[in-house]
Amino acid sequence: MSSYSVTEPSARQKWAAGTLVVIYALITILPLLWIIATSFKSPSDAIAYPPKTLFEPTLEGYVNLFTTRTRATEQDLKELGEPKTWYDRIVRKDGFIIAGPSRFLERFSNSMIIGFGSTVLCIVLGTAAAYAFSRFKVPLKDDLLFFILSTRMMPPIAVAIPIFLMFRSLGLNDTHAGMILLYTAVNLSLAVWLLKGFIDEIPIEYEEAALIDGYTRFQAFYKVVLPQAMTGIASTAIFCLIFAWNEYAFAVLLTSGTAQTAPPFIPTIIGVGGQDWPAVAAGATLFLVPVMIFTIVLRKHLLRGITFGAVRK
Amino acid sequence: MIDVVLENVTKRFAGQVALDNLSLTIPGGSFVVLLGPTGSGKTTTLRMVSGLDKPDSGNIYFAGRSVTNLTPAERNVAMVFQQYSLYPHLTVRQNLEFPLKSPLLRTSKADIDRKVNSIAAMLQISHKLDNKATNPSGGEMQRVSIGRALVRNPQIYLMDEPLSSLDAKLRADLRIELKSIQANSGATLLYVTHDQIEAMTMATHIGVLHDGRLVQFGSPREIYEQPVSLYTATRLGQPRINVLAADTFPGSPPGAVNIGLRPEHITQGEGQEALVKRVEHLGDQTRLHLVFKKNDIVTVTEAHTRLRSGDIVKIQPDKPLYFDADGMRLG
Ligand SMILES: Nc1ncnc2c1ncn2[C@@H]1O[C@H](COP(=O)(O)OP(=O)(O)O)[C@@H](O)[C@H]1O
Ligand SMILES: [Mg+2]
Repeated sequence: MSSYSVTEPSARQKWAAGTLVVIYALITILPLLWIIATSFKSPSDAIAYPPKTLFEPTLEGYVNLFTTRTRATEQDLKELGEPKTWYDRIVRKDGFIIAGPSRFLERFSNSMIIGFGSTVLCIVLGTAAAYAFSRFKVPLKDDLLFFILSTRMMPPIAVAIPIFLMFRSLGLNDTHAGMILLYTAVNLSLAVWLLKGFIDEIPIEYEEAALIDGYTRFQAFYKVVLPQAMTGIASTAIFCLIFAWNEYAFAVLLTSGTAQTAPPFIPTIIGVGGQDWPAVAAGATLFLVPVMIFTIVLRKHLLRGITFGAVRK
Repeated sequence: MIDVVLENVTKRFAGQVALDNLSLTIPGGSFVVLLGPTGSGKTTTLRMVSGLDKPDSGNIYFAGRSVTNLTPAERNVAMVFQQYSLYPHLTVRQNLEFPLKSPLLRTSKADIDRKVNSIAAMLQISHKLDNKATNPSGGEMQRVSIGRALVRNPQIYLMDEPLSSLDAKLRADLRIELKSIQANSGATLLYVTHDQIEAMTMATHIGVLHDGRLVQFGSPREIYEQPVSLYTATRLGQPRINVLAADTFPGSPPGAVNIGLRPEHITQGEGQEALVKRVEHLGDQTRLHLVFKKNDIVTVTEAHTRLRSGDIVKIQPDKPLYFDADGMRLG
């Protein structure tokens, strides 16, 4: 192996690079911070001009997100007596009473089911297809791979109308299964290509060694290939989840009730009459949490990288 | 201990012949070394026996039973690969345990620990057992992958140039170690290499491969002393056999085109005069580089010879080997 002489960056270069990264991170994170801050503001603070950076935090936005409320008369309030809970108290302050739960939790769990469901399905199918493309003699392999990729050569929404008609005649409109299938279909081409790249990098000798060591082909795949493909699987899963999680256009088009996900729902929180920005911000903030947790959980696989060290040179 | 037999095995890759009608019997309990240069079909032969590849034609028998259509697991063979030796996502210990935990063997936990610990001790890797497999040095990694074969008790051990990446000292140590493991356990071993020292020191039988054909099979001594062809003769011996035109010395039989003289088969003091070009003192022996009738000849002489470059020495062949126009040995 040839050795390259790479000069270690100087302390000043490291500082400069670090500063740049921090500035970039701050710029990208600023809108997020603003949304999170807004979710803890009162409606009047949220639309105050000039914008307030210091404000008295309140959970009003979150309460409004999870509930529906009606305006109450002085009379009603008197009859109800003292508010029993902290969220009753927040709502009453503005002269409202809680009428019931909002649909946010339902939409949020729809997002969870559809987002994670399509990610799991996509990874299972994608890994199997990528393994087959990588290891087996598939007839017309290159053409098939190109065909798979070509499904992403136009924006998916370009085929919205055929998909809409197809879903309607198959009874998949506004169903979890329909949305899971749709997002899986859109993500699958990317998943196959990404995962094939990762699996190609795993030398076939490891599987052959496992075959010799007394394992079947499937066991060799499961015990030797999968653990080494974890980096690829983790990053592909994150891509799939983020797409399915954030997808807006198809969700608007194909869901209205049962299977509606959070993205088309959150803007409707803004309410009639008043503009309830803190509730919208609260919805957006909570919406970020699952993807963040998912990424953090998988991060150790991303950082560990691929170990090709056990190779005899 | 079972006999492993390859019968008329032919294998082509994209029309190119890798194994050409190869027949070979590996007697149970023997240490068979296949010797041949890169590309002669050594790895392909091992893959046929292991079941990783299937022959285009021909059969393979274990104890008289055809295994040609069995999977590697069903054949119960152990193999040390030329490359990619260890599972990188496992520790050294897990690597050694891997074959024992297979559905094929289903070893008990106590047995696994006992076997792994004793093999690790033998290969001097006990202190590395809990390291990641990517962590040890090249030599240690190769010992682990040899260990992964040795923890098992297979029908046959297959080894693909397992020592070629190691330094000279370790190679010499492991050569002796492997030979004594095989001799003590009576295991059957098919070992391929392009290193003649490995072949000479470990083998009970040597098979010489040339372009996918088995050109000679016999004991190391047989191959060394009675090579069937010029090709085989040049495989063994360090320094190499001297190959000269048959008429360089008198007394060639009819049809001889070349004469082969091993360095130690040249008698000094009688015969015809040769010029000493160079003297190499190796400590235990001395090599003489001679010029004889415009031919370069290498011979060996006693360690403390007084001969010097420019001297004249008389030489004559002793036990010459004669080869015909096709390179086949005469007589
Ligand atoms: N998978 C393969 N695809 C194509 N050609 C191969 C393959 N494996 C081996 N060969 C060819 O077969 C011949 C024998 O190879 P191999 O058995 O690896 O030789 P050795 O191990 O003695 O170096 C070589 O010419 C090699 O190029
Ligand atoms: Mg080889």
